[in-house]
Amino acid sequence: MCLAIPGKIVEFDLQNPQLAMVDVVGVRRKVDLGLLQDDPLQAGDWVLIHVGFAMSKISEADAADQMRTLAILGEKEAAMEEVRGYGLENESSPGGTRGFVS
Amino acid sequence: MRFVDEFRSPELIGKAGEEIRRLADPRRHYRIMEVCGGHTHAIYRFGLKDLLPSNVELIHGPGCPVCVLPMGRIDDGLSLTEHPDFIFAAFGDMMRVPGTHGSPLERKARGMDVRIVYSPADALKLARCNPQRHVVFFAIGFETTAPSTALTIMRAKTEGVRNFSVFCNHVTIIPAIRAILDSPDMRLDGFVGPGHVSTVIGCRPYEWIAKDEGKPVVVSGFEPLDILQSIVMLLRQLRDGEAHVENQYKRVVPWEGNRAALRAMAEVFELRPYFEWRGLGFISQSALKIRAAFAEWDSEQRFSVPGIRVTDPKAAQCGEVLKGVLKPSQCKLFARECTPEQPIGALMVSSEGSCAAYYNYQHHKPVTIANAAAD
Amino acid sequence: MATTVPKIKFREPQIEMAHGAGGKASRRLVEGLFVPLLFEPASGPLGDAAHIQINGTRIAMTTDAFVVNPLRFPGGSIGDLAINGTVNDLAVSGARAEAIVITFVLEAGLPTDILEDEVRAIANAAVQAGVRIAGGDTKVVEHGKADRMYITTTGIGRLIPGVTISPQSVKPGDRILLSGPIGDHGVTILLARGELDLEAEVKSDTRSVLPMVESTVRAAGSGIRWMRDPTRGGVATSLNELARDCGLGIVLREDCVPVRDAVRGACELLGLDPLHIANEGQFLAVVARDQSDAALAALRATPGGAEARMIGEVREQPAETVLAATSYGGSRVVDMLVGDPLPRIC
Repeated sequence: MCLAIPGKIVEFDLQNPQLAMVDVVGVRRKVDLGLLQDDPLQAGDWVLIHVGFAMSKISEADAADQMRTLAILGEKEAAMEEVRGYGLENESSPGGTRGFVS
Repeated sequence: MRFVDEFRSPELIGKAGEEIRRLADPRRHYRIMEVCGGHTHAIYRFGLKDLLPSNVELIHGPGCPVCVLPMGRIDDGLSLTEHPDFIFAAFGDMMRVPGTHGSPLERKARGMDVRIVYSPADALKLARCNPQRHVVFFAIGFETTAPSTALTIMRAKTEGVRNFSVFCNHVTIIPAIRAILDSPDMRLDGFVGPGHVSTVIGCRPYEWIAKDEGKPVVVSGFEPLDILQSIVMLLRQLRDGEAHVENQYKRVVPWEGNRAALRAMAEVFELRPYFEWRGLGFISQSALKIRAAFAEWDSEQRFSVPGIRVTDPKAAQCGEVLKGVLKPSQCKLFARECTPEQPIGALMVSSEGSCAAYYNYQHHKPVTIANAAAD
Repeated sequence: MATTVPKIKFREPQIEMAHGAGGKASRRLVEGLFVPLLFEPASGPLGDAAHIQINGTRIAMTTDAFVVNPLRFPGGSIGDLAINGTVNDLAVSGARAEAIVITFVLEAGLPTDILEDEVRAIANAAVQAGVRIAGGDTKVVEHGKADRMYITTTGIGRLIPGVTISPQSVKPGDRILLSGPIGDHGVTILLARGELDLEAEVKSDTRSVLPMVESTVRAAGSGIRWMRDPTRGGVATSLNELARDCGLGIVLREDCVPVRDAVRGACELLGLDPLHIANEGQFLAVVARDQSDAALAALRATPGGAEARMIGEVREQPAETVLAATSYGGSRVVDMLVGDPLPRIC
């Protein structure tokens, strides 16, 4: 159910554009892109592969964003604790239903 | 490996561990369930329990599609392929799961044509390459895998490949979570949500857990940093008395899910009125069956299966372990009659079954790297 | 005259593939059936080769069977495995192979040019490894048996002076050397079967490890406690066997274990652990701590040994267990598998 690995689209199958050769650190496999037919895909895009099918296009921006957040983990909290210590209650976390909040 | 190695950074893992220790209130004992078997496997593989304070407890959930399959369904699948004209194709995960008359690998040793496939597409290819034989693909998995089976069936129909059918055992995750929450023995504070299932179904389906049950859910990726960050996010919500659904795995999980995948599933599958889950009993609207429009590619509609119910040995406590009520080591058969070499229940065979994970990986005291060898 | 009745502990009704995979099931078969019936009670733990005393001279002797599908694969063929595997079993027991005898079990219908290719491969491998073929036998079985060709070998060798292999001599603090990247052979075979539709630039690592063993012995022979070539079952199986034989614990540093990118990629995709995958051109050595740096340096200076690494150490606890530690403080038990590693999707 859960084993899915990121791979890079190398080239599309000329006879069948729903298939593409995807590379995972030098290992290549034909992957079916049928589940991503609503998304525009091009060579060089990264996709998440599960049982030979691409499940999702990987957002490099979100990945970078996440790394930035992880790098400062704890620092913002510490800063916020200081702020709370001043009794300033207007620091509102925008809630979590639209994605993760640092 | 890109998008993998960054999320295994030792330095950031250290920071995340510290944040967890800072957030965990020493007066509380946190019980967090990771629903998905893939998370169970990752937690053990990366030794993540060693990084958590003792009052943050991870409870293994029922999200292991192999573990929840009743033995009768394995028998049914194997009964379809007893004739030499048939080929039994399944993922590696299924190969050692015991049926009443042996596991698929044991049946292979006795002459059945059993093949391991990595993809349902490979099973269809087997059918194309063996026109004189009929390939039965034993399909398992939650919503992560079902769309791929659906697409494969659609392709079989379009191409007119008639010597291929699917024995469908796809199940859905929400009823399993409901069964956990309905269980009176269960006290949980929050959930680490199944990241790859969510690439298909999105994050909305978990909203009732937060709204109605008051438990936070963080949809999580599978690398060490993903899981640790998800625990941080859960602890923050718990500290602030909040309960909502958050998406930690944003780089891959769209909030609304994958429409094309959901469309494919809807076209090929419909919900069975009920389905038996090993250890959880019969649950309504919890499993998929192939629609009449694709009957020719449904092994159950084309052939007859015995459909005999096989109950687990009374002493086996697969159900309670599945629900997280018991730890694997608390089952009377654990490590005695039931081991990875001679498994009684599927939780001991499946690589993400909590019993197998516990048995194979059970952790010892943390090992300090300072005195481990280095070049 | 009292005779002890050998106690058969192997109770399984039939042989399964797992019994040949080198893991737990294999151990059960060997320890439960072969050992009680074939070996004297005081023989001690089984090694890769037997050292026998004949007329005051100790010689080493080993035997092996080679069953592989496909017969040819990137990096080599069954013939290469046959010679190198035999030479390696002798090498890690502390012996230099002198002569090998070979049996071919051939399937009727096997094209002669395929057989000729393998015989040439064997001849070449023997020259490379510095060993002579002293004789052999051939049997032909009906079409449908023998998977085209099975090869068995028996090799004898002369002990290399300056090294004595004994699991009992292993002590806490000893370090574990690995000669090079793991998983190449097993992944190559898996991909060469073609069922998984994966392409990768991987090839079998089949080669003689004798030159590397000899240079390690020259540098640190008195400090070498134990060696093994991690074939079927991989590094995990070899080290688990050691842990049980010496009663101590082993801790591996996960990020020190060398794995090539493509092997890693294939393993991640298929859900396999490189530690369980077969190798045909590597060896493990347990070396006393104060000689381990010299041993590693010598290994790295030997052609073919440049990628050698120190991958772990022996500890008192946890006894009879192999652990893999990550660099961030987590650890997991590395156990032997039951049978062959299987790809998974969950």
